Amino acid sequence: MPSTELPMTGLLQEANRLMTVCNACRYCEGFCAVFPAMERRRVFSEGDLNYLANLCHGCQGCYYVCQYAPPHEFDVNVPKTFAGLRTETYARYAWPGFLSSAFQRNGLVVSLAIALGLALMIGLTFGMQNPEVIFGAHSGEGSFYRVVPYAAMVWPFGLVFLFSIAAMIIGGARFWKATAGKAGAKLSSAAVLGGVWDTLTLRNLGGGGGGCTYPEEKFSYARRIYHHFTFYGFMLCFAATSVATIYDHVFGWIAPYGFLSLPVVFGTLGGIGLFIGPAGLLWLKTKADPAPRVRDLVGMDVALLMLLFLISATGLALLVLRETGAMGTLLAIHLGFVLALFFVLPYSKMVHGIYRLLALIQDAAERRS
Amino acid sequence: MSETSDTYDVLVAGAGNAALCAAITARRAGARVLVLEVAPREFRGGNSRHVRNIRYAHKAATDYVTGAYPVEEYWEDLLRVTAAKTNEKLARMVLEKSEHAVDWIQEQGVRFQPPLTGTLGLARTNAFFFGGGKGMMNSYFATAEKLGIEFLYEAEVADLEISQGHWRSATVRHNGDERKISARSIVIAAGGYEANIEWLKEGWGERAENFLIRGTPHNKGRMLRVLLDEGAHPVSEADQCHAVPIDARSPQFDGGIATRVDCVIYSIVVNRNAKRFYDEGEDIWPKRYAIWGRLVGQQPGEIAYAIIDSKIPGLFMPTIFPAVEADTIEELAEKLELDPKALAKTLDAYNKSVQPGDFDSTQLDGCHTKSIKPPKTNWAQKIDKPPFYGYPLRPGITFTYLGVEVDEKARVLMGPQKKPADNIFAAGEVMAGNVLGQGYVGGLGMAIGVVFGRIAGEEAARRAIN
Repeated sequence: MPSTELPMTGLLQEANRLMTVCNACRYCEGFCAVFPAMERRRVFSEGDLNYLANLCHGCQGCYYVCQYAPPHEFDVNVPKTFAGLRTETYARYAWPGFLSSAFQRNGLVVSLAIALGLALMIGLTFGMQNPEVIFGAHSGEGSFYRVVPYAAMVWPFGLVFLFSIAAMIIGGARFWKATAGKAGAKLSSAAVLGGVWDTLTLRNLGGGGGGCTYPEEKFSYARRIYHHFTFYGFMLCFAATSVATIYDHVFGWIAPYGFLSLPVVFGTLGGIGLFIGPAGLLWLKTKADPAPRVRDLVGMDVALLMLLFLISATGLALLVLRETGAMGTLLAIHLGFVLALFFVLPYSKMVHGIYRLLALIQDAAERRS
Repeated sequence: MSETSDTYDVLVAGAGNAALCAAITARRAGARVLVLEVAPREFRGGNSRHVRNIRYAHKAATDYVTGAYPVEEYWEDLLRVTAAKTNEKLARMVLEKSEHAVDWIQEQGVRFQPPLTGTLGLARTNAFFFGGGKGMMNSYFATAEKLGIEFLYEAEVADLEISQGHWRSATVRHNGDERKISARSIVIAAGGYEANIEWLKEGWGERAENFLIRGTPHNKGRMLRVLLDEGAHPVSEADQCHAVPIDARSPQFDGGIATRVDCVIYSIVVNRNAKRFYDEGEDIWPKRYAIWGRLVGQQPGEIAYAIIDSKIPGLFMPTIFPAVEADTIEELAEKLELDPKALAKTLDAYNKSVQPGDFDSTQLDGCHTKSIKPPKTNWAQKIDKPPFYGYPLRPGITFTYLGVEVDEKARVLMGPQKKPADNIFAAGEVMAGNVLGQGYVGGLGMAIGVVFGRIAGEEAARRAIN
């Protein structure tokens, strides 16, 4: 009741209004973690609202069953408001701060990063090698490095990757500091495991048993399944790269590796996942009901999905054509896309993973106290 | 005026729970069904959009209810709240059939969830719809559309052509056009008349001007009026309506569940003259919820104010509008536009009458007042710890009781002889007064809607196809 907060504005104010309506109704508490978390509070601080917004998976279940959804005068549209607020948190906690504007026109930013990544890798390749090498067919140990020299691969990628990981960790830490602990919840290993489990399973896209009302009013598991393809595809690709790094640096085994080697098996499966997943999510977007969504944010989602899709498509093509004359060009393009992803990790939709994970850990902690 | 030829077997007027149960049942029996809904698609579903659970008889606990609720106990609950103002034959039929009703509506795609937080009193007896009533209605509509039931939204049934208990056609206004639609039988499931302020005035006088309507603005009672004018036999009375105290700042229509104010039992409630008028602590809130709407409606200006202090927030459901807040009782009175001296006097007298006791918000705690009228018999503790909070209250009308009498086949009974109509069936709020003549038991309306909706659909289809 007594409010010590400064007056809120914009989306925060709207989110605060909605949570007040929702907390007086509570019909949606079976859908996901957001509503039980809301019920643990009577008033909502800025941190609370940013936390709830990032706890929201955008399944839209609460929108379609809402007796107060527009055109009702209470105008309750939680998924849309939270989607907007989430993006504000991405910008707000981004590090370094001046790069937070990347979230304003994120589709454009990601596209520019792709252009930059491609230019860099193609430029380096063509600048450092003569055309016969690039367009020639290579095979056997070290064939990749004959086209793109080892140093051109390791240094840009290593540096950009380390910077991006650091930026994401700092952003996550800032988010955690600003949002967690308000409900007096104690962090425990069980809570962390619970949050990780909810992240890995996307339990909250279960919609209480029937899936979510996405892309439209019908209940469906499509989004959860395609997201799993994307996430696990990405993780397998990441595993492939990690194993390959160990092969190279620890055992001195030089890429490319055989079709049945661990890096290639991981990379192939991951690539297929990262091909099907983003394609499916993009396809769902084309069918999605615009009402519970923010039109301005479509660019951010589409750009990242396109990038992931292009990475997997060129990666798979590289696997198939790696002993032909197309390998050199394909490798440069594939690496260009990957470099672009490394650039935008902390400044694209990729960050939702960090904030979602932290919000789910916070939720698990609150549920256990 | 255009004519629609006889392409339908069953016409359903209304699109709430009872209407959709009737439409789906008739369609499954092979009838061609058209549903006429006066609301636009976004607001379809009548007051069922706002419901949250159904009370049904069951023999054991399930995923959704915590224990058995035998038909006999259900019947005793009904008998008590209605003071026997019920048609026992129809009532028992509803209660018995309610047992299968929940299975049936699940077969139609409706989903349930464990009881909502803070609804402990209903956890054993009532099953909660997943996402509430609009979620339930979405499932019905999806199933109905899949079955090939046709819908016309923003279609107002203005009149019915009835002669000697036989219905011939409906005059329907749609898209600025007026046309006649005929079918072989009709199901009237178009709700009550709580959104018709003029009609409410017949029972309540000018007071009705200040009533807020919790549900759809479309329940104007057109179908009920036509049926009564055509000689249908009425049940229950025009001054009966279900009313609860809601925040006076709520919209005039469609505010639904979120506008309720649940702090009455921990408060003192004063009228416009800053005077108390009823024992706020008479019983636990769920048992008194439904009398306070009427009590507020009987006060001057049809308004009242619940006053609490800073000990109370947190003990009741959060409210949609913030409480009016002040550091002194006089300041609170000014903000609520009450006479500060009068409110201070009332509060002072109340505080002096409070007897020592152990306050316990979770049960009848016996904390009471002494030598004050009206007394407060539970949860009486001094209101003395600033800041003070106030909620303005008005009666929020949920539904009306006056309806048409029906038989066990849901046929509308016509004339003083109560002759069953040939092809006119009624279900839902328009006939709920047969079972619930007065009083209230939460979730019964949905049971009546499902049971009579299914009967009406089945009988209407039988009448149409044979």
